Amino acid sequence: MRKILLYILIITTGIIFLSRLFYLQVVDTSFARLSENNAIKVVYDYPQRGYIFDRNGELLVSNQPSYDVMAIPRNVKAFDTAEFCKILNISAEDLVKKLDKAKIYSPRLPSIIIPQLTKSEYAYFQEKMRKYEGFYIQKRSLRDYQTKNGSNVLGYITEVNKKIIDENPYYISGDLIGKQGVEGYYEELLRGVKGVKYIQKDRFNRDIGAYKEGIFDTIPKKGKDINITIDGILQAYGEKLMENKRGGIVALEPKTGEILAMVTAPSYDPALLMGRQRSANFTKLYYDTIAKPLYDRGLLAEYPPGSPFKTINALIALQENVVTTEDRFYCNRGYAYGRGRKLGCHAHPSPLSMIPGIAQSCNAYFANVYRRIIEKYDTPQEGMDVWSNHLKSFGLGGYLGSDLSTGRPGKIPNAEYYNRIYDYPTYKWFSTATLSNAIGQGEILMTPIQLANMTAAISNKGWYYTPHILKKIEGQPIKDEAFTKKHITTIDAKNFEPVIEGMHQVYMNGTAAALRIPGIEIAGKTGTAENFAKVNGKKTQLTDHSIFIAFAPVDNPKIAIAVFVENGYWGGRYAGRIASLMVEKYLKGTITRTDMEDWILSHSLEDEYAKPYSGQPFSINN
Amino acid sequence: MNIYSASLGDAPSSIFDFSQTYGKQAVWIILSLVLIVILLSIEARFYMRFSSVIYIISLLSIAGLFVFGKTINGATSWYVFGGISIQPAEFAKVATALALAKYLGDIQTNIKLFTNQIKAFMIIAIPALIILPQPDAGSAMVYAAFLFPLYREGLSGIYLILLFAAIAIFVFTLVFGPIYVTLAVFAILLLSLFLKKRNRPKPLLILLIVLAAMAYSFSVDYIFQNVFEQRHRDRFNIVLGSEVDTRGIGYNTNQSEIAIGSGGWLGKGWTEGTQTKGQFVPEQHTDYIFSTVGEEWGFLGSSLVVALFMLLLLRLIMLAERQKSVFNRVYGYSVTGIIFFHFLINISMVIGIFPTVGIPLPFFSYGGSGLWSFTILLFIFLKLDSERMSFW
Repeated sequence: MRKILLYILIITTGIIFLSRLFYLQVVDTSFARLSENNAIKVVYDYPQRGYIFDRNGELLVSNQPSYDVMAIPRNVKAFDTAEFCKILNISAEDLVKKLDKAKIYSPRLPSIIIPQLTKSEYAYFQEKMRKYEGFYIQKRSLRDYQTKNGSNVLGYITEVNKKIIDENPYYISGDLIGKQGVEGYYEELLRGVKGVKYIQKDRFNRDIGAYKEGIFDTIPKKGKDINITIDGILQAYGEKLMENKRGGIVALEPKTGEILAMVTAPSYDPALLMGRQRSANFTKLYYDTIAKPLYDRGLLAEYPPGSPFKTINALIALQENVVTTEDRFYCNRGYAYGRGRKLGCHAHPSPLSMIPGIAQSCNAYFANVYRRIIEKYDTPQEGMDVWSNHLKSFGLGGYLGSDLSTGRPGKIPNAEYYNRIYDYPTYKWFSTATLSNAIGQGEILMTPIQLANMTAAISNKGWYYTPHILKKIEGQPIKDEAFTKKHITTIDAKNFEPVIEGMHQVYMNGTAAALRIPGIEIAGKTGTAENFAKVNGKKTQLTDHSIFIAFAPVDNPKIAIAVFVENGYWGGRYAGRIASLMVEKYLKGTITRTDMEDWILSHSLEDEYAKPYSGQPFSINN
Repeated sequence: MNIYSASLGDAPSSIFDFSQTYGKQAVWIILSLVLIVILLSIEARFYMRFSSVIYIISLLSIAGLFVFGKTINGATSWYVFGGISIQPAEFAKVATALALAKYLGDIQTNIKLFTNQIKAFMIIAIPALIILPQPDAGSAMVYAAFLFPLYREGLSGIYLILLFAAIAIFVFTLVFGPIYVTLAVFAILLLSLFLKKRNRPKPLLILLIVLAAMAYSFSVDYIFQNVFEQRHRDRFNIVLGSEVDTRGIGYNTNQSEIAIGSGGWLGKGWTEGTQTKGQFVPEQHTDYIFSTVGEEWGFLGSSLVVALFMLLLLRLIMLAERQKSVFNRVYGYSVTGIIFFHFLINISMVIGIFPTVGIPLPFFSYGGSGLWSFTILLFIFLKLDSERMSFW
């Protein structure tokens, strides 16, 4: 016992030590994490965000330095707060509150006291800087908008929220991220890749050099400059025309699917969502639930297309061989069907064949055509699905798949849909039950961009490229298959000729005869769509939407456009004028019909929009 | 013998981590090599003959600290000559080991006799009592290591049991309070009364022991609460888990655990320790050197160090056992006991199972006095061992 006691003690001690070490170093990993936290500081180096140019190389969005006033609380000495507050335009209580907050966060580490000073604010403050010990300036890069237009196209930059940080490990608290529009969709392209530096700290939290001589550090990669397909001038002009109105304009280049302009009204200056006032401005825009300036009507608003939809019904009818261009149909101020039911129409010569039918937008003509399509087949279900599939080949009734951060599918009904709502087979339904589809009302919904794309497909006589907003990356044209692959419609090219001629006649002697552009052969179609809204919980009809589609020149289309103006009464009144002016602006560069321009600029629909909210009974379509 | 050099050779590799101190330490190491040569060239007989003189000189040197000593880190345990500071308490251990060996090696000494026990205890206790109020509780505590040679030479096991019981009661009193401890002692003794068939202890004796334990337990509680300073209380509380304050008093232990824990299996590599570089662990080049080993060399490295110490200690016992003379054996056991205590207390402290006590890890911690004293301690024994056949 006397000889072995010490042996036993030594071996026991050794075993205890080894098991404790095993526990500390191998089993329990929480210490390793703690170590990373207290010894290594990660510093990020943010690259410049890529510039955004328009299709003609005009700079739309660049960067500007902004200056955050930082403070390290323990280093702050007594200073002249009154002067400080005056220079930086903040209240004394605010300053005290912010300094206290910074102190609570950490007395040794820097905190932002006043974010995002502009260059001129900074210049003034810098002169006095030396008086304020413990304060310093941290430079950041902010967006600098060279345009007041296209906020819906461009999107905006915001600080990442918790959800983004949790989902995407790239972002850390305080990082900026693009939201909506191009900034949102092409975030990764524009932002570049931030560089990272690992810095070894000592126990006083001081930097003592690069961690492992910087082998884990990375250099920031600059964001890529891009050209978008938008024509800056056309976009600006569209927004100007849409002032005091609500609605959307989408203009496409039919041969490429490039979006030339995408206007939503009302809109806002993109610079509002940047800098010191960002948060206040955003709140204001966000809570305007009546005008909804943040809602991109060009992409999101699903309207009944109205009469422009007739063109596509004509195409389907020709493709299905249910009418010839010579077939005439009578119209007696409308089309009577069933017992005492009638689809009304306006006064025009009768009977009409296809081309004047389109030009005069005769409801009775298209009611006949539509019935022939559906009734060609043994059951209305079969006919409905054939019709529906033709429409879907134009990119309707589903997401377009464009490179815009947002979108809506619209609605194109099919047999299954009507079976469901009419409770088939308990109840049967026939073509007449869906007759509103003939004139683009009823169950059909389309967004302005879908309508513009449909127009582009007609102008191309049967094909289109998916509309897209990105033109070039760092000067190189995009090669993305999604936007360089032709989509072919189910309609043969030859069937487009009479329809296009009909649309041309709309201008020559039809519903838009007053909107001709001197020297340009243009094709179009007016639309007037009934619409309803809930007013005090009751479904109430409001003034019709004014709708217009057009493309020009007819032989070699360079622009296809769709215009929606909410409650604009009839197609030619607002939308037709705007479409005509837009086409002229794009093709000629100048406006020859200044009286028409003045009319649009001087007419406001704000009174119309106020009606449902007035609480008073109101009349429509006047 | 290669074990010694292996463990010694290990020292520089870790100490090189500290550029600001490693140069000094390198000088000490080189000087200690010279010292080794000197030590090995002196005849073994010399150590035995002059042990009393050495003992008295070292007693004077530690007593002289009260007059000439310099206070570093709150302890007056240093003489400063020019830029060099020397800690005489480190060397007093060697002297005490020699003196104890000489006393026990004397043919007339029989440790089983009470008077001789008293004398032996005196030899150990005098330097310990001088060191304790400096204050250097860690160094003083090491003198308990001399119980091992005494026990080996025939001291009754009762002393060890009493010491162990005293420590156990001390710890349990702090954790559970004196009342439960008294009850537990009573229960254990009753149990032993029933289990033991022969040689039963007398009930009166049991009652006395229980009373003594109770008195001790209550006085521990009283002393802990009223006599100890707050910093001592805190140190115990942290290890006993009754208090967690990782920013104040618990900082050392917590940071040390973080450093070691972050090492993982293989460690972060030499000079790559983030905690070491950031100097998060205070005293990391002296008492907390093992945390650096743990962080930079991982479980593999730190368990290797533990294994080396174990091998060294076990080897030392074997060597001590093969000595022909009592002097050599007692000295050998003293060496083993001292190194074992340093190893035990230091690493327990670093890995958070023992209160913070300022005591270096032999051959690893920075400090010339420590390195030299362990070198002297060890190599005197080697010299004795090499001449074990030639005299007596």
